[in-house]
Amino acid sequence: MQIYLPIAEVSVNAFLLLGLGGMVGILSGMFGVGGGFLMTPLLFFIGIPPAVAVATEANQIVASSFSGVLAHFKRKTVDLKMGTVLLIGGLVGAYLGIQLFNYLKSMGQVDLLVKLSYVVFLGIIGSLMFVESLNAIRRAKKTGTAAKRKKHNWVHNLPFKVKFRTSGLYISAIPPLMVGVFVGVLAAIMGVGGGFVMVPAMIYLLGMPTKVVIGTSLFQIIFVTAFTTMMHATTNFTVDIVLAVLLLVGGVIGAQIGTRIGVKMKAEQLRILLAILVLAVCGKLALDLLLQPSELYSLGAPGGH
Amino acid sequence: MLRLALLFLLAALPLRAEEIVADLSQSSVGISATFDGSDILIFGAVSREAPVPTDSPLQVVVSVAGPSEAVTVRRKDKRVGIWVNNDSALIDDAPSFYSVATTVPLQEALSDGEDLHYKVSIPRAISSVGAQIATGHAQEFTEALIRIRTHNGLYQVHEGAVELMSDTLFRTSIDLPSNLTAGEYTARILITRDQQVVDSFETKLDIQKVGIERWLYNLAHDNAIYYGLMSLFIAIAAGWLASAVFSYFKA
Repeated sequence: MQIYLPIAEVSVNAFLLLGLGGMVGILSGMFGVGGGFLMTPLLFFIGIPPAVAVATEANQIVASSFSGVLAHFKRKTVDLKMGTVLLIGGLVGAYLGIQLFNYLKSMGQVDLLVKLSYVVFLGIIGSLMFVESLNAIRRAKKTGTAAKRKKHNWVHNLPFKVKFRTSGLYISAIPPLMVGVFVGVLAAIMGVGGGFVMVPAMIYLLGMPTKVVIGTSLFQIIFVTAFTTMMHATTNFTVDIVLAVLLLVGGVIGAQIGTRIGVKMKAEQLRILLAILVLAVCGKLALDLLLQPSELYSLGAPGGH
Repeated sequence: MLRLALLFLLAALPLRAEEIVADLSQSSVGISATFDGSDILIFGAVSREAPVPTDSPLQVVVSVAGPSEAVTVRRKDKRVGIWVNNDSALIDDAPSFYSVATTVPLQEALSDGEDLHYKVSIPRAISSVGAQIATGHAQEFTEALIRIRTHNGLYQVHEGAVELMSDTLFRTSIDLPSNLTAGEYTARILITRDQQVVDSFETKLDIQKVGIERWLYNLAHDNAIYYGLMSLFIAIAAGWLASAVFSYFKA
């Protein structure tokens, strides 16, 4: 069934979108990630204009993170204070990101910016995750227990120290703010929640306990992506609600199936699968940039949309 | 002076000897949520008071043009190992959709001069005066624009697609693809003899988003804040619903 998307102004198969939403939903349920980093490139591949894909995906992430955070609130695994600090940084970052996005859009380089960001971040995160989970599998085979140590790094020597009770941390507010800004920029440019950057940063850089990391990052993501959605909707008019709803429905159902599959698999196996997936998407986008495209020319509205 | 005017009138008279009477199968097309392209039938007749001239055959040229707008065409070049947009040209005025159908190949139906005057062939329908001045090589950018839009089904040439019966009745159908933009379209019919235009006829074709498509599009552009808030509300509601259903199944 073909559906004409009112903002993207293209006609697409509704079942294809439901299917994509479902597939990405399964993966996000299995791996506990937002799935924005997979969905946005997939939307490029099926011919949705990048500007619309990025803006609409931000809106879809609001839905999936809101759904996720409710469960974490029930389990009291959200550090509201840390979340708020990350959020302040995130809003500043998203604002800067939108400015950069619009500036490059007027230069005709927004596709390059989005794709390059994807290649760089998916490449880094994918490789790190791959190596880390490979080591974890090896360790598990040897001893069965993973070594754990309390780190005391440069993060603990900065001023403006704040007590984060839920996380059991007493650290400077500067590193979480910086992490927030960085993730905000990514959210605006890439149409992702940024969980795949924020979660490792919270664990390794800030030293937060793993159990509060996901809930807190979801909490921050809701507000940053909501802000991004509003900014895109009011400055670019690129949020396609019909597209968002179709992706949502598929995503919600997929996430439930994915969670059930995820329970049956080992954490290391899941992580290595996710790493391979991330690297595959990264590779596809990198090839697009490296190989000569079949059509060198592209059309655009003069001076932005 | 009067004599000159009379002379002109006399010279002009034979040109009006054949006139077009035509219509479209529908005067408006609605882009609804399930819009998947559409066909427009253009039909008509040549009315004449004198018998059919036999000196040269009658040809019919039918064109449908979408609203014109400026387009930026960008070219990718290899820079530091990756392909990035580099040169660009602004095409002042390019129809968002353009389809031309004829009885015989366009060059046989229309002289170059008449093509220039009536802007019938695709390259003529696109105006790139500004680009010519700015870059000096607008040709390749215009060609790229035509190539891309032809590939997307937005620019079409159907030579021989107009059926002409007894030199009087003609009909053709124009295929409107699903990736159409809304706006006021113009359908034009030219009849020619000996590559010269004998008569021309123009009519409007209104293509608009209808129903929920129109409502959403207008809301997104005129009340962007409400549209954004509505999008967020739908997202939050859907997220809450998903969580509620999920915990219901768990319980």
